[in-house]
This record gives sequence, C-alpha cells and structure tokens, in this order.
Amino acid sequence: MSDPKTLYDKIWDAHLVHEEADGTSLLYIDRHLVHEVTSPQAFEGLRMAGRKVRAPEKTVAVPDHNVPTSLDRAKGIDDEMSRIQVDALEKNARDFGIEYYGVDDVRQGIVHIIGPELGWTQPGMTIVCGDSHTATHGAFGALAHGIGTSEVEHVLATQTLIQKKSKNMKARINGTLSEYVTAKDITLSIIGATGTAGGTGHVIEYMGEAIEALSMEGRMTVCNMAIEGGARAGLIAPDQKTFDYVMGRPKAPKGAAFEAAVAYWKTLYTDEGAHFDKEIILHADDIAPVVTWGTSPEDVLPITGVVPAANDFEGGKVQAAERSLDYMGLKPGTRLQDVEIDTVFIGSCTNGRIEDLREVARVMEGRKVKDGLRAMIVPGSGLVRAQAEEEGIAQKLQEAGFDWRMAGCSMCLGMNPDQLAPGERCASTSNRNFEGRQGRGGRTHLLSPAMAAAAAITGRLTDVRDL
Amino acid sequence: MEKFEKLTGVAAPMPLVNIDTDMIIPKQFLKTIKRSGLGANLFDEMRFNQDGSEIEDFVLNKPAYRDAKILVAGDNFGCGSSREHAPWALLDFGIKCVISTSFADIFFNNCFKNGILPIVLPQEEVDKLMDDAERGANAVLTVDLESQTITGPDGGEISFEVDPFKKDCLLNGLDDIGLTMQKASAIDAFEGEYGVRAPWV
Repeated sequence: MSDPKTLYDKIWDAHLVHEEADGTSLLYIDRHLVHEVTSPQAFEGLRMAGRKVRAPEKTVAVPDHNVPTSLDRAKGIDDEMSRIQVDALEKNARDFGIEYYGVDDVRQGIVHIIGPELGWTQPGMTIVCGDSHTATHGAFGALAHGIGTSEVEHVLATQTLIQKKSKNMKARINGTLSEYVTAKDITLSIIGATGTAGGTGHVIEYMGEAIEALSMEGRMTVCNMAIEGGARAGLIAPDQKTFDYVMGRPKAPKGAAFEAAVAYWKTLYTDEGAHFDKEIILHADDIAPVVTWGTSPEDVLPITGVVPAANDFEGGKVQAAERSLDYMGLKPGTRLQDVEIDTVFIGSCTNGRIEDLREVARVMEGRKVKDGLRAMIVPGSGLVRAQAEEEGIAQKLQEAGFDWRMAGCSMCLGMNPDQLAPGERCASTSNRNFEGRQGRGGRTHLLSPAMAAAAAITGRLTDVRDL
Repeated sequence: MEKFEKLTGVAAPMPLVNIDTDMIIPKQFLKTIKRSGLGANLFDEMRFNQDGSEIEDFVLNKPAYRDAKILVAGDNFGCGSSREHAPWALLDFGIKCVISTSFADIFFNNCFKNGILPIVLPQEEVDKLMDDAERGANAVLTVDLESQTITGPDGGEISFEVDPFKKDCLLNGLDDIGLTMQKASAIDAFEGEYGVRAPWV
C-alpha cells in the first residue's frame, strides 16, 4: 500500500508534469481565470515574444475590479485609466480566443463568484488567477491560488506553473455553530488564532463537522480568506453537496462524463493517517460573531469584546497595533458595540453570493437601515443579482434602505468610484481591513453579512444575536 | 529580466510588521497597463500627504535613504494582494533586495520574477541589520548572491539561504517561460495522458 496522502498531495500528484531533483516542479493548470488589473502586462509579454495562449478553452476573462456598479454603467466608464484597462481585457480576450463576459452580460461578476457559478470550477482541478482570493475555489476540493502577473503570462503561454510543494496544514472545526455564527466568523476566528502569517508556506485543509455542515457558499467564504491567514490555498474535500452544486452548471460535465467525474471526485479526500505539518483545532461553541478592530485581518475579536491596547501585544505587533489604533481612531477599552459607523458594504468575493444576501434579508426582516447611513449591496455577479430579484430579496432590501447595485469588486478595494472618504468608518463583509484599502483614510471593520445587517440597523457595530 | 549578482547600497529600516502590498502600491496605481513608472508611487499613502507633499518622517523621504537599494523590514512583508505592481514599484524606485524574518508567499515569488532578491533571516539577524540600517547614509550593506552573504557596515558577514533554482534564475537573468517552453514535449505528453484520465477537464 502506498503512503497515506492528504487531499493536497493527491491533487498535486495528479497534475505533476515534471519534477527536478530539488523539488522544483511543473504543475499542469486546469483553469485560468483572468481579470483586467493583473493581466495587461502578461498579454503584452506574449505579444512581444510572439507567443500564443496554449489552452484558450481553459481560460476565462471577466472585468470586475474597475467596473462601476452604478445602474447606468452601460453608458461607459468615466475614469480613463479604468476604461483603458477594461477595454484592453476585452481586446486581449478577443485576440487570443478567450471567453469573455463584458459588463453588459448577465454572467459578468467577480471572477471568484462566476467561476463556481458557471461550472468552470470543479473538484480536483488546479485553478489559478492573478488575484490572491483565488483560494475561494478550494471550497470545491480544487487546488486554487493567486499568482503574480509574470506567472499569469507563464500560465497563458504554457498552461503550467513552476512550483515547489507547500506544506500541509489542517484546520479542524469541531461541533455545531450557534445561530448567527457563520462561515465568515469561522474563517476570521482561524486567522485571529494563527495570525496573518500562520499559514505561510502551507495549504490549509479545512475539515470537521462545522465545515461539513456549511453550504457551498459558506465553504467558499472560509477558503476565500485562507490567504489572509498567509496560505496561498485553502481546501475542503468535496462531498455530495459539492457534486450537487456543480451538476447542471453550464461548464460542468454532462451525462456520462459527469458520472465519470463524480467517481473520480469521490477519491478526493485525505487518507486516514496522512501527515500534516501543522494543525489548529477550534470548537464551534467557542466561535462568536466577530469583528476586526485594526488594520490587519488578524486583529479580530468577538463583538462582545473591547478595543485592545497596543501593550497587550508583544514584539513588532506593539508598534503595528499603535499605528492601527491611531489609523482606526479607536481608544483602548472602548466596547466594540459602541463603535459608530457611517457606511455598510455588503458584497465582495468573500460574501457576495446569494446565500449572503438571503442572510442579510433575514436579519433585515421588518427592520430598516438607520437614517443617514450609507448602506450598499453589491451582488457578486449579474446572476446573483438576478436571482435575488427573482426571490424578492432585492425589493425587500431596497425597501429597507439599501442601495442595490450592479456586480463587481466595488468597495472591497475601491478601484472603481465606490470608496470611503478619509475618516469614514465602514462595516464591511469584504476581506481586508488594510490602511487605505477601501479609500485613503477609510476605516474598515470586517464582519459577516448578518453582522453587517445588524450594524446597518443600529448604526454601530452590533451583536446580531441581541436584535 | 536583469541579473542579480552583487548589490551594494543603503539599507532603509522599516520595522513595521505585516507591511501589505496595498501599502507598497495602493490600488489607484494598479490601473496602468505597463510595468514601469510605479516607483513614483511606492508606499504612496505613507510617503505623501494628500496634497502630494512629502511626509517628512517617512523613511524613504529622509535624505539618507532617498537612494536606498535595500529594505530591512518587519515580519510578514508583502502580505495581502497578489499584485505584482508591488515588486515593480520597488524595482522602479531602485530597491532590489528586501530582508525580513518572513514574506508572504505570492510576493516572495513575484520578487524573483523581477530580479529582486527577498532574503529570509532569523529574528536576531534581522534585528542586527535593522540596527545597521538605522545608521542612515552609513547603513551600506553588500549583498552577494553567489556567495549568499550580506556584509554589514562594520565588515561583519551574515549568510543566507536561497532556493538553488531561483538563485540560478536570478544570477543569469533567466526567463521562466523560455525554460518551461523547453519542456513542451513533457507538457504535450501530460496532456495526452491526462485527456484519457480526466476527459471532462
């Protein structure tokens, strides 16, 4: 019998094209997702070297970072630089024979939302994108991670990536989550426990009852933020929920091919006794709805907590915490629930899926967005938007006071006009609370969609369980 | 890619931990379709006021560090976004080597693709180099990739580890794509076999 393997080991082995004696490997790439920000220089490189895209049928392009989310965006992009970048993507897709979903196509959306939604993402695949949140696709038991633009060019030209194998890390969540404790709270709590460098050099496999109980949407939220824990990729073993999600999607295999695929996908799990280099175990009972107070995703606390002091930390983190507290305009000892906010942003590749919008609608039932608060919902894709409208969620949320927008990355990183003003404080379902991330001087508190809805109602960070 | 052999230059200290790629090059500068010209906006929001004037106490604005070629940085440098604009901005500014206790994986890889050498050292050695870097214009370090050594202003030597393949690529300025293209027959063979094993892909 061969040595027991982890899920990561199995996917790695199945894609190994070539391995040097020192472990430097050439890994075959099954899907390459491309967006407008990290690809223009890669296509330019291909042109200069007279190279083609090796497997255009395994490549898909969509503009998401720069696109306006206003309802009238069909009239074009005002910002010249953004317009040039989006136009360049469309031209590159056309010139190199790559499928492209423009802003007038209902299939347009955030690259990590549309990949799974359209069935491009399947278990056991290797998936890359010039975007760190590619980790999202790991929810399907696919080895998915972000790459730089030079690597984008490498994959376009060769359909492979030069890699050294990462280490295996296990994150097990035992038990059952309480009501209003969500996938976002799991993933933030793990980062809070391990730090933003805790997963560096590792691929994290999430497992345990609480992970198995999550929907595919929830699993995507968990894997999405593997990168905030330092891991390039997160993984969850595929199960019946995964197969059911994939079945029937436009790019998924059909009929006998689907059956053959499922038979293979069922072999994608970590063998009993396989070795992990690192592990963290949390119990679902210990996970509360959380929010971030600082400017690193590891600055996470239960909503019932208070803002810490810099000297609560050690080493280099003392200076970083001082800087964060100053940037965030927070005083140590302040109850997190007393922190007033100006804006609520619901969306992003972390929490812009239909289930997230349903959760917001559930919390908002019979309630309104507080007067004077800016509250925006940016669905992750045109299809999510259409589904929310069909389910009647969109109308309810608009009546409750939310601004209902078109799909894109939007205020997660503010490359389009959706930005925070200096000093503006935002409860955000996105993934990064870095300085200036949502707009220069903007202050970001990361939280779940349910918690964001609670904050929208009261105008301050709020424990959704108390509503 | 330009070769990296030996680099002598001023090292600037940035002891802050978790310096992310949003700090290194904020989003508004990612709209370019070129690789060049990003140095002017390196660390933009830490380096400049909103009116464009310089923030005096930011390290790279101090006279001694304006021509720094090396950064000595706090733990987990380059975390966050995969944007290769971060190494492009460092390189365009003139920084060709970053020394820290750890780097985020994607940033670390991106450096090597652009002729930048990221060096990982234990905490006590980074602390020592950080002290050296605090000496302003006297903080001149020499980084020799061939011998894998850093020589400090006092002549003290520190050795470092580097992946042999990545070292070879840097020393010779090798283009990854060209190297991989030489393995085209292996890729063809893999695709043939894989197409049978997993035809739905």
